[in-house]
Amino acid sequence: MPILRVENLHFSYGKKEVLKGLNFSVFESKVIGIIGSNGSGKTTLLKNISGYLKPTFGNIFIEDRNIRELSIKEKARYISYVPQDIRCDFQFTCYDIVMMGRMPFLRRFQPERKEDKDIVRKCMEMTNTWQFRDTMINQLSGGEKQRVYIARALAQEPKILLMDEPISHLDIKYQIEILSFVRELAKQGILVIAVLHDINLACQFCNEILIMKDGRIMDLGRPNKVITPKSIKSAFSIDVDLIENPKNNIPYVVASIV
Amino acid sequence: MSYKKSLYFTTAFILLILMMVISISTGAVKLTLEQMMNVLRNNGDNISKTIVLNLRLPRVIASAIVGMGLSVVGAFFQGLLRNPMADPYVLGISSGAAFGATIAIILGLNLLAINITAFVTSLATVFVVYTISRAGTRISMTTMILAGTAISSFTYALISLMMLLNREEFNKIIFWTMGGFNLTSWKALIFTTPIIIIGTFVMYSFSRDVNAILTGEEVAEHLGVNTEMVKKVILIAGSLVTAASVSIGGIIGFVGLIIPHICRILVGPDNRILVPFSALSGAIFLTFADTLARIILKPSEIPIGIITAAFGGPFFIYLLIKEKRKNEGM
Repeated sequence: MPILRVENLHFSYGKKEVLKGLNFSVFESKVIGIIGSNGSGKTTLLKNISGYLKPTFGNIFIEDRNIRELSIKEKARYISYVPQDIRCDFQFTCYDIVMMGRMPFLRRFQPERKEDKDIVRKCMEMTNTWQFRDTMINQLSGGEKQRVYIARALAQEPKILLMDEPISHLDIKYQIEILSFVRELAKQGILVIAVLHDINLACQFCNEILIMKDGRIMDLGRPNKVITPKSIKSAFSIDVDLIENPKNNIPYVVASIV
Repeated sequence: MSYKKSLYFTTAFILLILMMVISISTGAVKLTLEQMMNVLRNNGDNISKTIVLNLRLPRVIASAIVGMGLSVVGAFFQGLLRNPMADPYVLGISSGAAFGATIAIILGLNLLAINITAFVTSLATVFVVYTISRAGTRISMTTMILAGTAISSFTYALISLMMLLNREEFNKIIFWTMGGFNLTSWKALIFTTPIIIIGTFVMYSFSRDVNAILTGEEVAEHLGVNTEMVKKVILIAGSLVTAASVSIGGIIGFVGLIIPHICRILVGPDNRILVPFSALSGAIFLTFADTLARIILKPSEIPIGIITAAFGGPFFIYLLIKEKRKNEGM
């Protein structure tokens, strides 16, 4: 049974068709990096999988359940989503923010149970944010904030973790820290799908790369299979050369100097 | 709940009871505690009985209930619209109410009829704003604020025109719009109180969902919140509460804006705590304002809106400066 199955997925904003018939299945937990030029449909694909956008045609199945048939609350128990940039003007403590991740499991007036508190603590310790539990979220730096929101996403105990450019605003230390952490999560059984801008970091840390072009999947597979000068040229219309990371033979893209 | 927060709640609760007792005893005729107790024990003299039961009690209850309703709506609208300047009137409710009241006053209707007309027209106005803001299945909150502002200016233009054409009713209209509880009757209370209390409770039951919406609508949806449904419920319940409040007390400004802000500074943004605390604080503040309205120019009364603005504005500025210092100090 595939964890995720996307079947002939079409999506349009008004008359503009953004996703033009996507098909793929994922059978085991791993990290999949989505790359592609601006406007190729990366974020739209992510939001269709999350259920925030409804496909105009086609279906998405999570563990063989069609997400059209899941309520918003049920969906939140399968999938969590870390958005690109989160602005919150309200003075919530980080603990409050992460505890919101338990909402899909609580009834309207039900107070948080001991197990919820335990899970929140575990997720905050995993992301190294427990020391911020009483700090206001808007007093943290970008990287710290991102880790708090990842902790919240993990508190949902998801099968699938979706991330939209999770590292774009971070410096290289946090970029690598978060991507390594995400790889760990995949080993623990969570399917991670992340939109990434940096092809090289994507190749280093993702088990598979999904290349989007004009609303279609151009290729999906292991980095050293799908990343070639030809595929990059086709997806981004630029000329590149590839060198190989001597440690793991993973391709590294460098701009061609003419 | 922390020790500090329980202390705030206990203090607020005691203050509210105290304020209501003081409010019942104050006015053109001053009552002693003994006289009031006698009325409660049902053996007071007829004059104090009439004053307490028919004049003071309804207006004290009305001011507390309206203060509660407006503060709770303010807290929710600020959260839902994610705009610190939002108040219960941001969607044009006040202009709609004033419009209805103006027409009713010009037509020479009695007070209860004026209140009911104001209630109906204010809801009609919100409905127009809501219809304008609906794009497909999702409601745009930004469009709602803009549409509310636009409809308000248009409606106020019509009101000014009607006032010019009916100068003899000018004072009456102005007094109605500035708000006050001097004419509150049990009849008006019976019709509005249930709406305000039920509406407030319905909104309160969505506290956790609105907490999530505070961190972003889309984010909230990924936490399992049906944001469109929550938005609709809060908008409808909030509009009903505001319309009921305005119909009984007129357009009382500042309460729904500053009370939620003050409370947020004291107890934080978690709606499950903020909402009941705002409800208590709003009730205290408006009972206090109504008491002052009675004694400042004794024996005549001044509109309560003047008091709330005169107190609310400077106090709010004080808090803003204090908060700013605190944040910069860190």
